[in-house]
Amino acid sequence: MNVQALTQRAGEWLRGSGPHSEIVLSSRIRLARNLAGFPFVNRASRRQRLEVLERCRGEIMSGRLAGDIIWVDLNEADDLDRQLLVERHLISRQHAQGGGDQPRAVAIAADETFAIMANEEDHLRMQVLRSGLQLEEAWDQISHIDDVLEERLDFAYSSRWGYLSACPTNVGTGVRVSVMMHLPALKLTGEIEKVRRAARDTHLAVRGFFGEGSDALGDLFQISNQTTLGKSEEEILHGFLENIVPQIIAYEQQARQALIKHRAALLDDRIWRAWAILTHARVIGTDEVMSLLSHLRLGVNLGRLDCVDIRTLNELFLLSQSAHLQRITACEMDQAARREARARMIRHKLGAK
Amino acid sequence: MKHKCDQCDQPATYHSVKIVKGQKIEEHLCEAHAAQAGLVPKEAQAPINELLTKFVQLHSGMAGAQQELACDNCGMTFNEFREHSLLGCPECYRAFEAQLAPLLERAHEGATHHIGKVPRRAGADEHRQQRLLRMRKQLADAVAAEDYEQAARLRDEIRACEGSPT
Ligand SMILES: [Zn+2]
Ligand SMILES: [Zn+2]
Repeated sequence: MNVQALTQRAGEWLRGSGPHSEIVLSSRIRLARNLAGFPFVNRASRRQRLEVLERCRGEIMSGRLAGDIIWVDLNEADDLDRQLLVERHLISRQHAQGGGDQPRAVAIAADETFAIMANEEDHLRMQVLRSGLQLEEAWDQISHIDDVLEERLDFAYSSRWGYLSACPTNVGTGVRVSVMMHLPALKLTGEIEKVRRAARDTHLAVRGFFGEGSDALGDLFQISNQTTLGKSEEEILHGFLENIVPQIIAYEQQARQALIKHRAALLDDRIWRAWAILTHARVIGTDEVMSLLSHLRLGVNLGRLDCVDIRTLNELFLLSQSAHLQRITACEMDQAARREARARMIRHKLGAK
Repeated sequence: MKHKCDQCDQPATYHSVKIVKGQKIEEHLCEAHAAQAGLVPKEAQAPINELLTKFVQLHSGMAGAQQELACDNCGMTFNEFREHSLLGCPECYRAFEAQLAPLLERAHEGATHHIGKVPRRAGADEHRQQRLLRMRKQLADAVAAEDYEQAARLRDEIRACEGSPT
């Protein structure tokens, strides 16, 4: 099994199932861990980085975590594969670029429910991804992975600061919880500021589809915690499950109902125009696709469009990205050629000519 | 879901859930009551870089002393940390503890200590972690100096230390 095999499927988090999947696309939990007795990655020699990598690989691939895990040496992977992994949210952009030829890797469960980056900013950055709102399930899984690795790896830890990380913003639990939410109605009614305010009040960050510094393409927003010290993992999860996520879901649902009640024509116009463009365009860029797919997704979720299903739309969010497009069409293309191929691929998937 | 303040009818903006001896204790307060209880440093969380810049301005009078500050183990200076926001090794947390504590407190909603998961093994013995770190540094130095005898000895010691029960 290799990286390219991943493009055959949409991946766990785009399955379009799970609780509240009409608004919550995915739940993700990431843990930062470092091996005791080694300098952090930024201060480690090449030798030490290789040693860290080998140890981590030995434990991760020992078969005690899962039977089917793909180990990708990012130093040797080609650019397109690295970009593909970024598009699937399996590695960070930083890890894809990785400062030249520094030894670094990622281990990916074949079903893509978890991925472990080795030698990113920390020795280990492990994440579990689930579709819909499944934070407790995600926590159980990541904590189990952590326990299994900890049986044979010593993690840097101090009783005062908890798990020690290279950047002190991650110290303590080292946990980053991110919930990816689709909020097209709040965007249409101009109320997205409500979400930012609610997040700010509870010390959470709101980011775009590709995390830090990215725009909210396709009306997809990631809500994540910033505080990792002084709160237990349980408290952090409860903050999401009992406060912020239900609150934002309620805002989005109110906005959806308000649109149906007061601006139904406008709403349907947006949805059907998106359908018209995607089934007829000959040349199209990623940003436009994301924004139109967002309206289609809203249309399907509100029962106002029935010519496509959510799964296909979720899949298109991914397949429209540059690296995916080039892998599924099996040719490397310049931007102009990609825009054409993208339009063709989408028409085909939506059953148009 | 949405909570009202425990002490009045205003919507709550301060929420906390604590698990004490397996009992879940929730607290929800409006802005005013939370402030009254001294609970909320209400400013939004600033990124660590910003905090660092502020910190440096605040202590500019001590600049001379700060510059000398470095981690014995990895050589990282506090100035280098300030530039990149990354520490060099686990020991840096001890070397810069006095400087980091107020920074972390502001970056993490006033927290001063870890609460939460404790690793079953490593948590038991911080001394061993320190010793390993020191020996690995000596090993790197020995390899650099092509002192292979010393390197081999250190490797054995490291192996023995790693294998020892905690
Ligand atoms: Zn009150
Ligand atoms: Zn250090």
